[in-house]
Amino acid sequence: MAEVSQDSTSSKRRGKRRAKKLPNRIDFTPMVDLGFLLITFFMLATSLIKPQTMEITLPSDKNTEENKAVAKASQAVTLILGKNDKIFYYFGKTEGAQLIETDYTPGGLRKLLLAKNYNVAKQVQDLRAEKDKTGMDEQVFQKKLQEIKTNKNALIVRIMLTDEANYRNMVDALDEMSICSISRYAVVDIEGADLKLIQDRNI
Amino acid sequence: MPKVKIKRKSTWIDMTAMCDVAFLLLTFFMLTSNFTKKEPVLVATPSSISEIKIPETNIMTILIDAEGKIYFGIDGQVNRQQLIGKMAAIYRVSLSEEEIKRYTLLDLIGNPMSALKPFLALPAERRDLVQNNMGIPADSTNNQFKEWIKSARSVNPDLRIAIKADEKTPYPAIRKVMKSLQELDENHYNLITRLETVPGN
Repeated sequence: MAEVSQDSTSSKRRGKRRAKKLPNRIDFTPMVDLGFLLITFFMLATSLIKPQTMEITLPSDKNTEENKAVAKASQAVTLILGKNDKIFYYFGKTEGAQLIETDYTPGGLRKLLLAKNYNVAKQVQDLRAEKDKTGMDEQVFQKKLQEIKTNKNALIVRIMLTDEANYRNMVDALDEMSICSISRYAVVDIEGADLKLIQDRNI
Repeated sequence: MPKVKIKRKSTWIDMTAMCDVAFLLLTFFMLTSNFTKKEPVLVATPSSISEIKIPETNIMTILIDAEGKIYFGIDGQVNRQQLIGKMAAIYRVSLSEEEIKRYTLLDLIGNPMSALKPFLALPAERRDLVQNNMGIPADSTNNQFKEWIKSARSVNPDLRIAIKADEKTPYPAIRKVMKSLQELDENHYNLITRLETVPGN
């Protein structure tokens, strides 16, 4: 491929033609060097990974009163995220609640949420298995998923964060909502009775 | 040792194939990747199982670094120009054409309006220094952050909100941002995260 031959047809030459030929083969090594230099530049300056997002929709101020009133005490869990990656939780109403400690490992928060939300989690699992087997349409799957999650007896979670918690705690908690198929949750401010609970326990 | 004579072989290797491979790889990288955006501070986002990709256009980025400083930006130079025009009018900061142009080239801005003019006058290298970014104030007495969002919304009603914060950002900073958003009735937003594999149930 790299063969170039040149005809020297200069009229100035007299007599015998100078058979000045360029070499038969051109060395492509510098071209390869250039190529790899450019590749290195693009590898370092660009990124193939597009960042992911987690969509959340929080209830507006006006709705929280309604939500609180409707929630049955047996269905409600309140999580309080404290400092040093500690979580405290209680079931039901704030009055007379006992704070229990757990953490972010799968054996902690996830285990407790799955246990409490067992029915819904099982239904979601069954639905997924059904989708894999029968090849259900994506839209139908999503609709059914929504129906299961917003079932009246599904778990309702209130997430409260203390000032010592960090962003990672919040994202992990919201992640667990998604993993445990909980669709009714809200991030609420700590106030009133909950504040007292926290102060007593000195979280 | 006349009997043993090592034949001198030619060491010329044909580099054509190597060159083809190199340019193929180069073309692949040129076409499939995007230049990473330069951010004022490097932020380590937490991981999450969510696999939804961030949208490319019509996006409003709120960056909160590990100290709680807030940076704000939207995409699209035309939008940015309109946005800065509105903000300058609200806070009565007069900006020259040159300064407006410099602003439209920045992805994220992290300074209160009073410090904006001197900030834009700095050369590009100095702007990246952390101490020159004081963060947009979001306290209840001086909530410039809320004004930024309101103005951005009026410039482009389709903007989606994306919040990018460091793992170690303390919750009070996040709460300030979320509260401002809640007051503006913006309840639907995205949190930018890294991908984490879904645990087997």
